[in-house]
Amino acid sequence: MNKMPETHYLNCKKGIKSWLTTVDHKRIGILYLLSIMFFFFVGGMFAVLLRLELLTPDKLYIDSDMYNQFFTLHGAIMIFLFIIPAIPAILGNFILPIMIGAKDVAFPRLNLASWYIYMVGALFAVFSLVAGGVDTGWTFYTPYSTTTSTSVISITLGAFILGFSSICTGLNFIVTVHKLRSPGMTWFKMPLFVWGMYATALIQVLAAPVLGITLLLLIIERVVGIGIFDPAMGGDPVLYQHFFWFYSHPAVYIMILPGMAIISEMITAHSHKKIFGYKAIAYSSLGIAFASFIVWGHHMFTSGQSELAAMIFSFLTFFVAIPSGIKVFNWVATLYKGSIAFTTPMLYTLAFLFLFSIGGLTGIFLGALSVDIHLHDTYFIVAHFHYVMVGGTVIAFLGGLHHWWPKMWGRMYNETLAKISCGLIFVGFNMTFFTQFIMGAQGMPRRYHLYDEAFRPFHAFSTYGSWVMAVGFCLMAYYLIRSLYNGKPAGNNPWGALTHEWQITSPPPEHNFETIPITDHGPYDYDKVVAKSTLTEN
Amino acid sequence: MDTTGTFWMPPGNSTIASEVDGLFYFILYASIIIFTIVIGLTTYFSIKYRRRADAVAHKTDGLDHNLKLEIFWTAVPLILVMIVFVWGFKTYMKISVIPKDAYEIKVTGQKWFWSFDYPEGGNSVNEIVVPVNKPIKLLMDSKDVIHSFFVPEFRVKMDVLPNRYSITWFEATKVGDYTLYCAEFCGKGHSEMIGKVRVVTEEEFEKWSEDLAFSGEGMTLEDFGAKLYVSKACITCHKIDGSNSTGPPWNNLFGKEEKLSDGTSIIVDENYIRESILNPMKKITAGYQPVMPTFQGILKDKQIDALIAYIKSLQEDKSFIKDESLQEDESLKNE
Repeated sequence: MNKMPETHYLNCKKGIKSWLTTVDHKRIGILYLLSIMFFFFVGGMFAVLLRLELLTPDKLYIDSDMYNQFFTLHGAIMIFLFIIPAIPAILGNFILPIMIGAKDVAFPRLNLASWYIYMVGALFAVFSLVAGGVDTGWTFYTPYSTTTSTSVISITLGAFILGFSSICTGLNFIVTVHKLRSPGMTWFKMPLFVWGMYATALIQVLAAPVLGITLLLLIIERVVGIGIFDPAMGGDPVLYQHFFWFYSHPAVYIMILPGMAIISEMITAHSHKKIFGYKAIAYSSLGIAFASFIVWGHHMFTSGQSELAAMIFSFLTFFVAIPSGIKVFNWVATLYKGSIAFTTPMLYTLAFLFLFSIGGLTGIFLGALSVDIHLHDTYFIVAHFHYVMVGGTVIAFLGGLHHWWPKMWGRMYNETLAKISCGLIFVGFNMTFFTQFIMGAQGMPRRYHLYDEAFRPFHAFSTYGSWVMAVGFCLMAYYLIRSLYNGKPAGNNPWGALTHEWQITSPPPEHNFETIPITDHGPYDYDKVVAKSTLTEN
Repeated sequence: MDTTGTFWMPPGNSTIASEVDGLFYFILYASIIIFTIVIGLTTYFSIKYRRRADAVAHKTDGLDHNLKLEIFWTAVPLILVMIVFVWGFKTYMKISVIPKDAYEIKVTGQKWFWSFDYPEGGNSVNEIVVPVNKPIKLLMDSKDVIHSFFVPEFRVKMDVLPNRYSITWFEATKVGDYTLYCAEFCGKGHSEMIGKVRVVTEEEFEKWSEDLAFSGEGMTLEDFGAKLYVSKACITCHKIDGSNSTGPPWNNLFGKEEKLSDGTSIIVDENYIRESILNPMKKITAGYQPVMPTFQGILKDKQIDALIAYIKSLQEDKSFIKDESLQEDESLKNE
């Protein structure tokens, strides 16, 4: 039977103060875990509430104003407070330094500051909730956003501040990866999770300032009345869309690249198989990061931008599709001749391959100019976006959470309940969102409170799916919290994996390593090294 | 309406619809094939190479690249997406280039209705009537925020912007009624900003054009008002069954004392209704948002008179009006 180590990062110091002033990357990861999961819960509540309202074509229990606020808050909270920070700030913070054999990130205090900045940004967002809500959609399109009477300023200010948190984390990771790798860890011996985080950090640092400027201009326009985007004051509303998507398209990759990074770790660790095409995956992360900056115009095919611009953006968009496709093929090829264990993280990995493939392929429809004209601003977009962001990023995040949970807390969760929960989320998700592809292609516009009777069966089925998902998530909250008290000790290496984090105790000691570890084999050299699982060997 | 729609796509009743659908199905079938291969192999490997319960940890195969295979799975998708790009672009150019002989209609979007101005001088609200088999050019702008003109059955969509014209066109191939949606979020009434495209034969269209200038001849003022209530889209925000919508309900409104948002109150009479139609921001009923657009230039005096008459007719208790001889005189004068 495994035993918990006597001292580790969780119990080496005690008291609230030791947590609020910690500069330990692992504790900061836990602080992020608690705060980000709280907002995931809030955003999820709004999702369930608005799906409930859409059960019937007419008003069920909230009016249009309230409905518009619900979908805005669902989107804004999920994007800015959950999905953008989730993987880098929780799992990246916790795992990345250990993976490269470092004792902490390069700038530990900046790391703590990023969490406080996140909390301040979140406070502004919460304030806008209390102070009358926001009804613009998470995209804050002008001139609607500069003329509506709701509290747009505080939520955009919140998003502006959250951008800084994102920049601090990104900067920290870039320097950490450059400077703190342990002896022997060359660039191409880095785990792919680190490559993914590195590419993400580059986008965060380069793109977030643009969002900051844009939202600041929006606030200036509203407060001071300088016409930048509002045509009534001589501004240009389409300029806002360019600015917004110049950030927000790369931001989509801030969301998905970390998800892909996790998949590379999980698929190897749970099949004990060397990754197929290591360099292809590493380079495609950088390729995606670069290409993500030059495709923003594909969000604006119907905005009246020039036909030439539309053509160029469509052409470039297809080039982003290729590296993502290559990654999927590499992952599938990795399974070949592996030793595949159907653990919970592996189930999430398989779910990811299924859902992300649908998400990616439906993106091809939207990149094609003529087809996009028809599908733009319908539920097809909503479905595509959720397949990529939930089916991709969130599923990978949940898989990663289960993969590293034993490392974080030293204890295992109940695997049976975890598999049931994963199944419920997978089925519920497809029920909720696959129907939306059909509705969208049939012409159901997005952001509609009331809708045509003809769409009723689709909407109703979609709502039932959201309930199945909600049950899955509640179950997950139950067994994860329960595992903290009576989960069985996991031992150092429950999955028999080769990366550095599995060679130290679970939970890790305060400073990760007693002596600086030497990297003498690649992260996925399962053809040369055998690591025994600490779960099955006892 | 016809039923040529499929599981995925609504009926296609414009000249470009079949081209758009052709590409849609090409991508769909290619995607299904690729998806089946990816998930098929994943499933096959997962079963074939699953870890047995009694397995001892062992080294696995070190296969980590295969250049030919990697070139293959880069090149094939690249070729496929380039086909999709060129195909999509070709149809897009057809959507973008307006035929020279197109009949031009001016479209105005505003919260939360559409209005259409025809070259002959007529105007309609929330219903655009067009001849079949004739290219229609739409010159569009918005009076407030961004809207988007979307008719699924024509596969046409174009944003409608304030302070700038946007242009698109379509040619309907089948007579019938089609739904026009606003596809860009525009606030409270977004999901009710729904119009109708009525495609008619050439002869019917000519007759309709003549009727457009119709000003209620041969109709009572009250009936004409009832017609305008629907055709000018008052119905979107004002209900007549007493239920609250974006604006106050019209039944039992006339003669009522209304509290205004500035704390004062007012009796709803002819002048107040007229003012509310032409200058809606001036006196807002308490409890409602100041969101109504002005109908200055859209409604003629006669039409305003008709709407007032219609609102009066929605009074269950008519005694109030009759008792006020002065108001009766006023309304007679208007008629």
